[in-house]
Amino acid sequence: MSLPPERFVGESRNLPPELEAARQEITQLARGRGLDFFDTVFVMCTWEEINMLAAYEGFPVRYPHWRWGMEYLRMQKSYEYGLHKIYEMVINTNPSYAYLLDNNLVVDQKLVMAHVLGHVDFFKNNVWFSPTNRKMLDEMANHAARIRRHMDRHGETVVEQFIDVCLSLDNLIDPYAAHIKRHRAGAQRTLLETPSEGEVETPRIQTRDYMDRHINPPAFLESQRLRREADNARMQGVPERPERDVLGFLTDHAQLSHWQRDVLAIIRDEAVYFAPQGQTKIMNEGWATFWHTQMMTQEILGDHEVVDYCDHHSGTVLQQPGQLNPYKMGVELFRHIEMRWNKGRFGQDWLDCTSEEERRRWDQGAGATSPDKTGKTAGAQKVFAVRETHNDVTFLDTFLTADFCRAQGFFTTKKDPRTGRWIIDSREFALVKSQLLSHLASRGTPRVYVVDGNHAGRMELRLQHRHDGLDIQLQWAEQVLGNLAKVWSRPVHLETQVDGAAVLLSHDGAAMTRSSPGADAENAVAEAGAARGTA
Amino acid sequence: MAMLNIDHDSQRFRDIVKGRVRRELRRFMSSKELIGKQGDQLVSIPVQEIGIPKLRYGKNEKQGGIGQGDGEPGEASGEPGEGQQAGDQPADHLLEVEFTVDELAELIGEELELPRIEPRGQRESNAKRARYKGISLKGPESLRHGRRTFRQALMRNISAGGYNPKNPRIIPIREDRRYRHFEMEEEPRSACVVLYMMDVSGSMGQAQKDIVRSQVFWIDAWLRHHYEGFEARFLIHDAAAREVDRDTFFRTRESGGTLISTAYELCQTIIERDYPVSEWNIYPFHFSDGDNATTKDNERCVQIVRDGLLPVSNQFSYAQVDSPYGSGRFLKVLQEHFGDEAGVAISRVTDKDGIMDSIKELLGKGR
Repeated sequence: MSLPPERFVGESRNLPPELEAARQEITQLARGRGLDFFDTVFVMCTWEEINMLAAYEGFPVRYPHWRWGMEYLRMQKSYEYGLHKIYEMVINTNPSYAYLLDNNLVVDQKLVMAHVLGHVDFFKNNVWFSPTNRKMLDEMANHAARIRRHMDRHGETVVEQFIDVCLSLDNLIDPYAAHIKRHRAGAQRTLLETPSEGEVETPRIQTRDYMDRHINPPAFLESQRLRREADNARMQGVPERPERDVLGFLTDHAQLSHWQRDVLAIIRDEAVYFAPQGQTKIMNEGWATFWHTQMMTQEILGDHEVVDYCDHHSGTVLQQPGQLNPYKMGVELFRHIEMRWNKGRFGQDWLDCTSEEERRRWDQGAGATSPDKTGKTAGAQKVFAVRETHNDVTFLDTFLTADFCRAQGFFTTKKDPRTGRWIIDSREFALVKSQLLSHLASRGTPRVYVVDGNHAGRMELRLQHRHDGLDIQLQWAEQVLGNLAKVWSRPVHLETQVDGAAVLLSHDGAAMTRSSPGADAENAVAEAGAARGTA
Repeated sequence: MAMLNIDHDSQRFRDIVKGRVRRELRRFMSSKELIGKQGDQLVSIPVQEIGIPKLRYGKNEKQGGIGQGDGEPGEASGEPGEGQQAGDQPADHLLEVEFTVDELAELIGEELELPRIEPRGQRESNAKRARYKGISLKGPESLRHGRRTFRQALMRNISAGGYNPKNPRIIPIREDRRYRHFEMEEEPRSACVVLYMMDVSGSMGQAQKDIVRSQVFWIDAWLRHHYEGFEARFLIHDAAAREVDRDTFFRTRESGGTLISTAYELCQTIIERDYPVSEWNIYPFHFSDGDNATTKDNERCVQIVRDGLLPVSNQFSYAQVDSPYGSGRFLKVLQEHFGDEAGVAISRVTDKDGIMDSIKELLGKGR
């Protein structure tokens, strides 16, 4: 059915002459300003096409799955009702592809081009993106072909349902995995120690006593015992140390059929590919906005385009009362950094200075000239350096200053216990900053580690949630654990905290049970005692 | 860009949603939005977006939010927006998915496990179509069947011993030629007429009428789904009966006394005049609160149904809607006389939640 992506960006999709001229001009301008990006192909699309592409997260060929259809329907509806309009979409590949909505004004297209080149520069240079696969267009098509093949063989519904299960786990990856070489034990590893905790219980088929020696002959029992021992030996002490890449661990160790393992690996690949975009949302949007504003207002805009530009630009950086806009936040912080380094507002002297008056007039004049041959001012050099090494959390943690907070008017909010309405709580810098960072963190994924692949010697999976002040959403946790149990095909356990108390959530594939770990141990002892009593 | 597979993916999503809509059909059944729509017209049904459960942080009111702008501490800050507040709840976004009335009829059939209707007899079998049914030795060259002709030539060659596998040369001659052959076929076409009679007397309140209209909508959708030739006639009555168009039927507000027999008489007249029983599947439906004026009229009704309507109808159906006024005796009258009759379906609807079950009672016989 689907053709390779090259066909999609075929020759018939050349830009009209006016936009082609704009593209060349903007590309040159951007390079002149020091942006360093992959070749970027702009593709004109109708709104229907752009909605499809957006539903597919920018990639024209994806594996079959209902959620693309749902996303598409949602976007069609909200577009029809005029609720939203996608201005720009660009994918992190080399060459990079960006999609232009064909009925946008020319000035909009120019804005999008300038903005997109900022993104592509970020993709290419930000270190968090460095391990991503720049041939992802091909890889996605490859994934689609593999999954279609599995569907042809095993049935679309079966495979789709397994994809649902995997997707439910796809945030349980290690976002740093690609940057650090960790030692993960492979599936086949030899062990120095073998389990010695008494005799391994031999599984036998339940039957009536008089049939037992026929149903469970000694040879069969022996083979069962060996298998159980081998399983135990294989999983003993795995993982060696807590493993954050739960999906990777499952791919290596879960008892899956070939196609299931392949599907799991595909879902993990794609999750890993998209992970940096979540880690750098504020920076990435801020950086692209930082550059499109400069290029548009200083060079590109014609007189007749100014009003439309202002209208649309103000839409993207619009500040809803009481809310944060990542575009606005990011671009203001980049501007703030550039200003600080141009005026020399950093270092010990600056920190030690307590005079308001002096601080306001502080300018060491680094903004006028370039300290070296690059032609960039100190501020410009600093922002380029920042875009290379930071992610959102470190970006805010490092550069959010009290001055910036005051200038931007940040505050914390709380729910008024009396009226139930949200009110401004405080404008104190320390509070704002910690609140901001904790929000950023909480948008992310709870840190969950695999700690034991052979829990209680029964091949059960034990996970640990490193609690950092926020509880997990229990309603969803139940479903996620159920899905984990499906993949692991044995019961799974998650250590976490609820309202400050340690809790062990267990799922045996049918239902979730909740216990406190201490009580669990006591129960086990009591049970063991009871068992001995009856024996 | 038809090469994108989004249609397929949308269809997958719709299939999943259909299953959910089916399970929640009762909720939509009494929706007034549906009334007046037909066949391939679209109905938007709001469904919950399907969320994929993921491990996330829960909502923590104590944590507070963050905002930007003017204002003193203590002043209202505006609600935290989406993505702002930690942890999203499981998907509670509504998405409007469009279904045709036909699709809904199919769903309701599945959900209520309604039997497919067996059209009675082969009536009005007037549709004729040419169909290619075989091969003939004669025919126009434009209908020559190349492969069969070649096969014939090959067979002849082999049996004559002239076939050389190293140099296979097959030349069809006149006798080898085979032609496609068509026959005129009569296609049985099942025609159906439904006569909806509604009591619009004073004792039928707005709530009762709404229930009737919902029922008519679904019955209409279901029967229409089964018959190619479908006609519906609409009758309303109080103390006198008259025929109205569909629109009036769905919107009218009348009042007055009740003489049910007037409607049955009119129904009988229409059938006799317009629908020869040998060609039509006939379905009279009557909806009322069962508050007929006189016992004498009840007897008259029974007589018309027995002698006039039952012999010509696939099924005579009566649904009685509970109303705060009136005796509701008519239901008992019909039950006494026709309780065991296979061609009569009688149902009572207490409130709008009963619509589903009532439809099941009326259509469950598959006649």
